[in-house]
Amino acid sequence: MKIRAIAINTFREAARDKILYTLLIFGLLLIVASEVVSPLTLGQQERVMKDIGLASISIFCVLIILLVGAGLLYKELDKRTIYTILSKPVHRYQFILGKYFGLLTTLLVIVAVMTVTLYAHLWLMGQNPTAGLLIAICFIYIKLAVVTSVAIMFSGFSSPALSATFTFIIYFIGHLSADIKNLTQHLDSQFVHFLTNALYYLVPNLDYFDLKSQAVHQIPIDSSFYFLSTIYAITYIFAMLLIAIMVFERRDLK
Amino acid sequence: MAILEIEGLTKTYRVGFFNRPYSALNGVDLKIEPNEIFGYLGPNGSGKTTTIKSILGLIRPDGGKIRMFDQPFSGVESKRNIGYLPENPYFYTYLTALEVLDFYAQLFEIRKVDREKRINNLLELVGLSEARHQVLRNFSKGMLQRIGIAQALINDPKLVILDEPMSGLDPIGRKEMRDIILDLKDQGKTVFFSSHILSDVEMICDRVGIVFKGKVISVGKLEEMLSSTVKAVEITVKRLSHAGYDELQKSDEKMIHSGENTLIILRSEDDIDRVTTILTKHTTKIVSIIPHKTSLEDLFVQQLEKVLKNEN
Ligand SMILES: Nc1ncnc2c1ncn2[C@@H]1O[C@H](COP(=O)(O)OP(=O)(O)OP(=O)(O)O)[C@@H](O)[C@H]1O
Ligand SMILES: [Mg+2]
Repeated sequence: MKIRAIAINTFREAARDKILYTLLIFGLLLIVASEVVSPLTLGQQERVMKDIGLASISIFCVLIILLVGAGLLYKELDKRTIYTILSKPVHRYQFILGKYFGLLTTLLVIVAVMTVTLYAHLWLMGQNPTAGLLIAICFIYIKLAVVTSVAIMFSGFSSPALSATFTFIIYFIGHLSADIKNLTQHLDSQFVHFLTNALYYLVPNLDYFDLKSQAVHQIPIDSSFYFLSTIYAITYIFAMLLIAIMVFERRDLK
Repeated sequence: MAILEIEGLTKTYRVGFFNRPYSALNGVDLKIEPNEIFGYLGPNGSGKTTTIKSILGLIRPDGGKIRMFDQPFSGVESKRNIGYLPENPYFYTYLTALEVLDFYAQLFEIRKVDREKRINNLLELVGLSEARHQVLRNFSKGMLQRIGIAQALINDPKLVILDEPMSGLDPIGRKEMRDIILDLKDQGKTVFFSSHILSDVEMICDRVGIVFKGKVISVGKLEEMLSSTVKAVEITVKRLSHAGYDELQKSDEKMIHSGENTLIILRSEDDIDRVTTILTKHTTKIVSIIPHKTSLEDLFVQQLEKVLKNEN
């Protein structure tokens, strides 16, 4: 109940923030405007629209994570709103989990609104979106949950600008880490191997959550992939939150 | 049984780029008895807030023991029965008065029906009933302090800890805050509050502790602290005769004349009987006898001087 109260309150904070609506409107516009840029050939138009739809859900939500999530803990410490909370019977881990689930709820609502818009738009254009699209969106959401946990981990000890930068770098590398590992495979240097391996295992491999090929190009995916990706996400999120809690548990509230 | 017992509390902050140690608490000892109003007095930077934050587990003291309700401080369990108003409290500015109190009530897992009733009572108590649907962003400093008091009492705590509760309040607000604190005592609660404004403390505290440079330098019942140091007694008389004047002059009393009045300043209470006997013998009219107690302000300065002298 305490975690829920903190989560609802975090959601409320986001819901009363005007910047969020501005971002959301941009995201929705991009989905709707996708037909302008898409070629007129019938089969391709659908593909481009789905492509752009998925991309805008992903990009706009990551923007929100960088904007809101990266300051989530720091702001509470900086504005000292946390004093009146942690002086009540609330464990610090409950506070962090509340903040985390609050942001996830916010993202869920945003993803839902964008999804509905995307589907409505596709139907209006006379297309028939498959279930694969919805599954792809679900995995984008799982990816967002991973990125949020990274952001919250950083926001426990660095300023919003800094944690946003760190989170973005992780997000960026996260999409490339497999590529980097493959590329450097042929190099001889032990050091480079060590570095790329470390990078590969420390940074979340966000490609595991990319089901675009299946949703857009109808390439079938083995169902064990879904399962393993989900387990991977849960493990990673767990680790990030654990670090965040351990750091937070020790610190003095200035 | 003590409500709150602190022994040898120490805290060293790390300051600056080089993490230089700065000792904010140097062994604070305190014992707060049930149902008393305890004033924690000290100048700026003496360690009042640091002590309070340690009690609540917001910072980790380096050493010392804290017992609460006759049990070792146990984090979350102990906090169930504490109400806390931080110094210059900050709240979520996007919430209304009602929402913010409801949020805090949920952190105590108070049931919805009880929440509503209690929040209404508290808003009434702090005089914010009218502003219940107003967003905190638009609140004045005094109104925020009132919300602060309301949230500190949301769980009907046994021990109420207030860090400078009067700061930012106008004279009427201060009076109301004093009334609230006295009311809490009537309800059987214990109040621990910090201040550097002596008059606030003087009026309502049962006992005070004076903290200076991270150490409690004196603790005591206010009456005792004050009455033990009655400084002087001033007697005002009308039309003192020459004979009377001479006799007083002989016993070396200090006198100041103004018009037909004479002010006689006695060095101690013990002289009152002797001097009034002389005065009645000469049938002088006594206008007033005023004992000049040391004000808390004087006391404060005295105590600090004592400490400083010991240090040098
Ligand atoms: N987070 C911190 N880091 C470093 N030093 C600190 C920190 N907090 C307090 N101090 C120092 O510790 C000392 C005690 O501070 P504290 O806030 O407890 O004083 P106070 O008695 O509450 O003063 P005031 O009346 O101004 O509120 C001060 O000298 C202050 O500079
Ligand atoms: Mg203070």
